[in-house]
Amino acid sequence: MPSRRRGEPGSDAAGAEGERELLSAADLARTVARVAHEIIERNAPDGATARVVLLGLPTRGTFLARRLAERIGEITGATVPTGTLDPTLYRDDLRLRPTRALAETEIPAVGIDDAVVVLVDDVLFSGRTVRAALDALRDHGRPRAVQLAVLVDRGHRELPIRADYVGKNVPTNRTEDVAVRLVEVDGEDGVSLR
Amino acid sequence: MTGTDTSTGTGIGLRHLLSTDGLRREQAVALLDTAANMEQALTGRTVRKLPTLRGRTVVTLFYENSTRTRVSFEVAGKWMSADTINVSASASSVSKGESLRDTASTLAAAGTDCLVVRHPASGAPHRIAAWLDHVAHSHLGAEGHVAVVNAGDGTHEHPTQALLDAATLRARLGRVEGAHVAVVGDILHSRVARSNAHLLATLGARVTLVAPPTLLPVGVAGWPVEISHDLDAVLTSGPDAVMMLRVQAERMHGGFFPSAREYAIRFGLSEARADRLPDHAVVLHPGPAVRGMEIASAVADSSRAAISDQVTAGVHVRMAVLYHLLAGEDVA
Repeated sequence: MPSRRRGEPGSDAAGAEGERELLSAADLARTVARVAHEIIERNAPDGATARVVLLGLPTRGTFLARRLAERIGEITGATVPTGTLDPTLYRDDLRLRPTRALAETEIPAVGIDDAVVVLVDDVLFSGRTVRAALDALRDHGRPRAVQLAVLVDRGHRELPIRADYVGKNVPTNRTEDVAVRLVEVDGEDGVSLR
Repeated sequence: MTGTDTSTGTGIGLRHLLSTDGLRREQAVALLDTAANMEQALTGRTVRKLPTLRGRTVVTLFYENSTRTRVSFEVAGKWMSADTINVSASASSVSKGESLRDTASTLAAAGTDCLVVRHPASGAPHRIAAWLDHVAHSHLGAEGHVAVVNAGDGTHEHPTQALLDAATLRARLGRVEGAHVAVVGDILHSRVARSNAHLLATLGARVTLVAPPTLLPVGVAGWPVEISHDLDAVLTSGPDAVMMLRVQAERMHGGFFPSAREYAIRFGLSEARADRLPDHAVVLHPGPAVRGMEIASAVADSSRAAISDQVTAGVHVRMAVLYHLLAGEDVA
């Protein structure tokens, strides 16, 4: 599970009962559809053929990338190559925690050279995961451009990184947790703050 | 293990890797999963270099000859950007009479984070780990320790070999749990057999050791295995994998069997014997193989032999071991 979903271990700020829904299942579906449209508009405004590859950051980014690819396919009829990129081996905080488990990496067979790579993640927090993913990407090839799509931007960036596509901006306290639930992992769709 | 943040996993609590006996199932599975992910992370790349162990130093200290183990530890370290240094006993101060303890302390004092040890004496890596655990290392801070990996000690254990064998079985058979593995040959002198017997049992496989009575170690009755002296009977039972072991002539001082020819006839994996195996069965050999003795050349080169897969898996497994020992915060 991506750590940035969780806030810093706080004393009291978010009580156990204080859970607030940010996106319902229907909101989440609409948001994914909107971001899919934005990706198309930005990369193929006149139906041109910019080669787009979606790469999800495990765990939930992988499934969000698949959903986005599905929506883009429904809208344009094009098949968007989709894969998953585990940035763990490139993190700058490995020595600060017990050893992390690794996740899957699967780069589409077409490769990323000269493609527009859209990194997809559930929550954008410190930006350190994205920084690690950018470094990992560099070792896999040289994309024409890299863009970032996130379901929730919760602020508190520690690096000069911003998202190109944001499902929802949510001002948060550092001690709060943004919990993204997806059917594929959690049995239901939704986003809540606690 | 520290349980600070359960959402990111708590590590697997590995401080040294000295034996597979005592390795917990979840630790073994985590190492195999990590090895598989390492392979994925490097697949199809032009740059086979990960920054994960930048600034860490891995020293291989080998008192016995080795090709594949030493090279694969070195490659594993280099692919994760660790600095790797090879020390062989013949080319070091060991040949001037320096003791094992002094050599280990010297290497630790010189800034080693991980010491990979091969030694002809069973238990040598355990001794080194215990010595180094009881002294502070200035380059590692108050909490730090030098991680020790057993790369083969006498006739005792060779844990990374067993892990790479399990990784190979998992890739070839799709599973280890429930698989029937026959381990054939010189069990007495084989650290590979002992490490495999424990690891495979931990992972839920059924293990049958096949050897002449003279080549079984004392205490084998206490291992989690079945024992047979009849290779043909075991092959007829349809094992999922057969692991052939080298007859270790260099450790034999006495008559363990009448002649090499008789050994080959009774315990060698000939083409005819291999043909009787189920279609899916895999043939493993930890290498170096003595063709015509324990394994026929045609079998070693056949598609059921996974000998080169084992070497490749060895690099990924050793990357996984170094990752779990060195990448995270120190394991108390």
